[in-house]
Amino acid sequence: MPLNTDKTIEGSFQLIGGDFSIAGESSAQLKKILSDLGVAEDIIRRASIATFEAEMNVIIYAAAGTLSYTITPQQIRIVLVDMGPGIKDTEQAMKEGFSTAPDWVREMGWGAGMGLPNMKKNSDEFKLDSVVGEGTTVEMAINLP
Amino acid sequence: MKLSEVIEKLSLDVKTVNVGLEQDVTGVYVSDLLSDVMANSKEGNIWITLQTHLNIVAVAGLKTMAGIIIVNNRQPEKEIIEKAESEKIAIMTTSLPAFEVAGKLYQMLS
Repeated sequence: MPLNTDKTIEGSFQLIGGDFSIAGESSAQLKKILSDLGVAEDIIRRASIATFEAEMNVIIYAAAGTLSYTITPQQIRIVLVDMGPGIKDTEQAMKEGFSTAPDWVREMGWGAGMGLPNMKKNSDEFKLDSVVGEGTTVEMAINLP
Repeated sequence: MKLSEVIEKLSLDVKTVNVGLEQDVTGVYVSDLLSDVMANSKEGNIWITLQTHLNIVAVAGLKTMAGIIIVNNRQPEKEIIEKAESEKIAIMTTSLPAFEVAGKLYQMLS
């Protein structure tokens, strides 16, 4: 199904570390934008899950972050740049079940080591870059049919 | 089966007001891990959990779930119920543990 527009649509959300009350707001807004554009349900679902998990990583681990999106008729591109502690071993971080989340976060049902794998699973392209002491960048793309 | 029938048969305590209860229940997902629910629940599912914090509403909203059943007599705070009302997500509570709620629902829905 073609989009309702042939323009490129861009935007971004600011995320603050530790603020669990805003969790899911960016993904909900992106979901609405995609829905208004006439994007197929399964693609919206994948983009929303990937975005929600990206939000959670900033909220759980970082001081702050920016989540930006670019929507073209071909692709949804989501880039997350955070000011966080960085990830020592990105390969290990991608393993399902591996987590460095503190106990209180796990008690909330987050920090189960599913975030990054969920992001990758729901993306057609996925790239993780991290520098310890500086922050982490996640780039995801979901192709539009 | 409609959510209202599930509520009646399990004698659930509905916490949200002005949230429709006539939606069809497509199935049930039981988990206390939010990423697991995001990854594996389906639209129209009832979610059984012991979590009571604000993020359950966002997860249920994202997956367009039929509603959340909070087990073991755990009670969500007013703020969470209000958020659920604004997101149109029904929240129900029960004194039963997750196993019993899931068992009853399994029989009702299969």
